[in-house]
Amino acid sequence: MADLSVNIAGVEFNNPIIAASGTIGFGHEYGELYPLSVFGGISCKGTTLQERPGNPPPRIAETPMGMLNAVGLQNPGVEHFVNVELPWLKKQNTVVIANAAGSTEEDYCKITEILSDSDVDMIELNISCPNVKKGGAQFGTSPESVEKITSAVRKHCTKPLIIKLSPNVADIASVALAAESAGADAVSLINTLTGMRIDINTRRPVIKNVTGGMSGPAVFPVAVRMVYQVKKAVKIPVIGLGGITTWQDAIEMIIAGADAIQIGTVLFTDPYAPIRISEGIQGWMDTHGIASIRELTATVEI
Amino acid sequence: MKFDAQDCILVGKYRIAPTIYDFRLKNPELASITAPGQFAHILIPGKTLRRPISVCDVEDDVIRVVFEVRGEGTAILSEFKVGDTVNIIAPLGRGFDIPKDKKIIFVGGGIGVPPMLYSAKTAGNSCIVINGFRDKSAVILTEDFKGIGCTLIETTDNGSYGIHGFVTGPLAEVIDGADMVCACGPTPMLKNIAKMAKEHAKECFVSLEQRMACGVGACLGCAVGIKKEDGSVTYKHVCKNGPVFNAEEVAW
Repeated sequence: MADLSVNIAGVEFNNPIIAASGTIGFGHEYGELYPLSVFGGISCKGTTLQERPGNPPPRIAETPMGMLNAVGLQNPGVEHFVNVELPWLKKQNTVVIANAAGSTEEDYCKITEILSDSDVDMIELNISCPNVKKGGAQFGTSPESVEKITSAVRKHCTKPLIIKLSPNVADIASVALAAESAGADAVSLINTLTGMRIDINTRRPVIKNVTGGMSGPAVFPVAVRMVYQVKKAVKIPVIGLGGITTWQDAIEMIIAGADAIQIGTVLFTDPYAPIRISEGIQGWMDTHGIASIRELTATVEI
Repeated sequence: MKFDAQDCILVGKYRIAPTIYDFRLKNPELASITAPGQFAHILIPGKTLRRPISVCDVEDDVIRVVFEVRGEGTAILSEFKVGDTVNIIAPLGRGFDIPKDKKIIFVGGGIGVPPMLYSAKTAGNSCIVINGFRDKSAVILTEDFKGIGCTLIETTDNGSYGIHGFVTGPLAEVIDGADMVCACGPTPMLKNIAKMAKEHAKECFVSLEQRMACGVGACLGCAVGIKKEDGSVTYKHVCKNGPVFNAEEVAW
């Protein structure tokens, strides 16, 4: 049997499939269907210092082969996460990644400090949420701003630090390099692409927030391209995500340059996707005589 | 098991109004745990998002769903043929609590009528059902409701069938004799029913709709504004906290 385990910034994952932040909450719901250990790791719902109510509805719109969302970081706050969600998550035999968001640099530093004192295995810094008015993506849209926030947070962070990158930038490789040079242990990409839908009869946006983050199979080729570009630019591990739907997509993303992958929107179509994808990867590797998934990363031949 | 994603066999398909279909989905395991007011999240081939459809009835090992063709997704669903496999996540959400010792009025509007069938059946023949439709062509499930022995009142907006007017007309005449009102339908209708129930000091539960993604409570997409005790509004979710909410809590 092929070895699916990967190591990201010193953390061992049983398999390279991580649940993407915002699509699995804190794991309880999909945990009704299967043990959460089917995932190598779980990136939890984006968490802020204080509880946030999120955006007014509608928050969801369907798009060709994808969807828009503008949930707006609805979450119960970091204290609840650490005291209530984390103790349960730590028993699920999967890597627990906290996804940290904020409105100011100070917020990001504070929440990182609190999470560094907790039992989370890793911290993923969400500087790319397109759906909140203040903060979020504003920190993630230029190499300068990414370098600044990453170095500030790094000083407070004793856990492996993943910077989650926005695709809504001119040059993703330079943004990833900025994160690396400021002390990131890994990068994950891509967050959602900013999109919009309009109801032609009412002439109103479908989503109350006007714009939303686009995800799903439609964004997959964009994600593959960006992961490929980032992997060429940086030495730190790259976690690839964006529209992965099948096991073939997962392998393609790894060949493009991903050391691990995240799946998100596909869970809404098929809740059993993590099992289907890991079995598919396993079968393909066995057929091709590939002993370890690590041999596959960044093996695209140009 | 609370819910699961499983295949069902489409064992019956009926077009019961020009744009409304009645599907019978066979799955003994899921049927056995489905309660009134819950919904099934139906996989649509070629679509990223499933379609949440309320359960109309459960008979033995068959879950019955009645849906209206409203867009591309439901149009694709309507093309399924008897014998086809339909993948659903079910049963989902919190349905109607139906106390046996209370007199309940069920009110359905348009495509909000189907979930009232299983609910009224569960309540028994002492209940009153008031169903409202746009016009005669949209009237559905009359014989089914008659079959459960409830008192059935039907209205159409234009008077082409049944009582002329909205459901709130007949509701006003019978509400004082009831303990509780359960309703599903367009938001303006639900809002008016909630207001009337409050004026008559009756408990009122409403089944709400919202654009939905995961269906299970993970993504927080299908938000609905809920009043907190201090008067501020928080968001709960149609898929997990609902679709049935106490009307008093809803920030209309």
